[in-house]
Amino acid sequence: MKTKSDTDLIRRAQARRLHRGIEEPRWVQWLLIGVAGGFVGVFLVLPLINVFVQALGRGVRAYWKAVIEPDTLAAVKLTLQVAAITVPLNTVFGLVAAWVIAKFEFRGKALLNTLIDLPFAVSPVVGGLMFVILFGTHGYLGPWLQQHHIQIIFALPGIVLATVFVTFPFVAREVVAVMQASGTEQEQAALTLGASGWQTFWRVTLPNVKWGLLYGVVLCNARAMGEFGAVSVVSGHIAGRTDTLPLRVDKLYHDYNTTGAFAVASLLAVLALVTLLLKTLLEWHQERQFQRAQQVVTEPGLEPSRPQPTGVPV
Amino acid sequence: MSIELRNVSKSFGEVTAVNRVSFTVQEGELLALLGPSGCGKTTVLRMIAGLEVPTEGDIFIRGQRVNDIPVQKRNIGFVFQSYALFKNMNVFKNIAFGLKVKGWRRRAIQDRVHELLELLGLQGLERRYPHQLSGGQRQRVAIARALAPKPSVLLLDEPFGAVDARIRQELREWLVRLHTELNVTTLFVTHDQEEAMEVSSRIVILSRGNLEQIGTPREVYEEPANEFVARFIGVLNVMELTVKNGVGRAGELEFPAPGWKDGATIRIGFRPFAVHVSADPTQYRYRATIRHTFFLGVMLRVELELPSGLIVRARMSKETYTQLGLAEGKEVSFYISGYRILSDEKASLPPEIPIAPGDTWMGEGI
Repeated sequence: MKTKSDTDLIRRAQARRLHRGIEEPRWVQWLLIGVAGGFVGVFLVLPLINVFVQALGRGVRAYWKAVIEPDTLAAVKLTLQVAAITVPLNTVFGLVAAWVIAKFEFRGKALLNTLIDLPFAVSPVVGGLMFVILFGTHGYLGPWLQQHHIQIIFALPGIVLATVFVTFPFVAREVVAVMQASGTEQEQAALTLGASGWQTFWRVTLPNVKWGLLYGVVLCNARAMGEFGAVSVVSGHIAGRTDTLPLRVDKLYHDYNTTGAFAVASLLAVLALVTLLLKTLLEWHQERQFQRAQQVVTEPGLEPSRPQPTGVPV
Repeated sequence: MSIELRNVSKSFGEVTAVNRVSFTVQEGELLALLGPSGCGKTTVLRMIAGLEVPTEGDIFIRGQRVNDIPVQKRNIGFVFQSYALFKNMNVFKNIAFGLKVKGWRRRAIQDRVHELLELLGLQGLERRYPHQLSGGQRQRVAIARALAPKPSVLLLDEPFGAVDARIRQELREWLVRLHTELNVTTLFVTHDQEEAMEVSSRIVILSRGNLEQIGTPREVYEEPANEFVARFIGVLNVMELTVKNGVGRAGELEFPAPGWKDGATIRIGFRPFAVHVSADPTQYRYRATIRHTFFLGVMLRVELELPSGLIVRARMSKETYTQLGLAEGKEVSFYISGYRILSDEKASLPPEIPIAPGDTWMGEGI
């Protein structure tokens, strides 16, 4: 009898042979890998390293001084505040939009689906301008807001609005895909078993989209902290009050404060790296879950194929 | 009675999926909803469950009108065609779900789940996730999950559709035994007439949203209400006859047609069982050659070709076939022991007309 590893070997060899038929020649492969790798290296990795080199160029002490400058700390605080408001809002919006698109059939569904991508298609500057036109001093609602002493543009609410606009698609896109893939039958099954709509959402729907949702949240957070264009238009660049981290970097750079600019930029870069790490962890987690599932099924002796009609005592 | 439908209709926009269907299901019955795809059988099942709302008509479960009662409160167990197991929960949690949301105590949930695991032969799989199970196991988990809250009715949508043929047979027998064991009123949807005949105590036959017949497997086979049922349940030889001098003819075949005018055409049908074959080419009235033999397990279907090219399908056991020494290409003779006059597909059928092998009504014999 052939052992498991034998059949495995044969299968792999077959796969290799099959593969070779449709593969490019070796040198083409290496060339393509070289081009892709070189591109990433020159345009992404080198600049990123450079950010840290420049930031630490004048020593750790200068770096630290630049970071704990009050205006920079205020920018860190504001950025965290914006993210703390934006991400939960867009998580809820994204879930609702995804739910509506994945689970219901209605007129204008395709339009809604397209509109969700609008922030991806529109330049962030235009997004920011929309809010200025709406809420600015000379905007449609400006005079009314002024009368009631509500400050939106050049203040936190404006920055949050602009960020919400720009980061809206991240959660919705991720969750729509997962929800559409899982369909509505599990929810229906929950209903037939007596679960209320709320119970169904918490126990069935949400766990099913958990990983997609987290992935969307991570990306949304990264963008919320890094957004420049839209925020730049609505913020007013008031040092210590409406400067977020990206705006702060821009300002320091234009003031010829290279060390400061790169120090703050390195903070953002660290945030980006943490995001990437989280994203990779999430992907790895899903992969591992999948592999574990595969393993159990192919384990000899556990072959789950035959039903046991003897289960019912006759 | 357990379930009653009164003139239930369902339209999706312009399309009428179910048209004024009425039937009743007795307590403890195992009933099949049978029909070709698109006949509305799944819609009927989903309306009973409360997953669809009827456009018209009333549905009663145990005497209570349930039209306005939401799914959650109908106390039904529903097994989806794709099983719809909760993929983020293991087998134990899947089965326990219905009990948990109903607020059962931990201890009681554990007892009930273990009872079901045993009943369905799923012991040892509690910790597995749905994607770690085979098709048959998944289905049993789905059934266990549906049965856990002790539903008054069990509804199954194409329960054997998604498993391979070998397992399907075992599952059929197993479902019958499970039903005998639990005696819970069970309705299942199928497009497979053989499956319906084998498993159910009664069959509801639907076509294009209409109820064609309801009866025991034997009734629908032997006394089909109309041509649709006759053709859908089992194989039917259908011939178009032209009448001359009170005899209807199709090729060499002749059938008595008293009272029909010359030149009239009548359609008749007869079951392959009504075709009796002899290895002696001269023993019976018609001569034919065996063109094909299809093996259907114990039974065989034999295609007989008459000299005119007309094909008649016969059915016999393997033993008979061997005893008679039949083979493809062999010359045989046969007679037809009974037939039915078919008119419109939906019109009810007149009773079968028997013919004896040596009947002397025949005109110019062979």
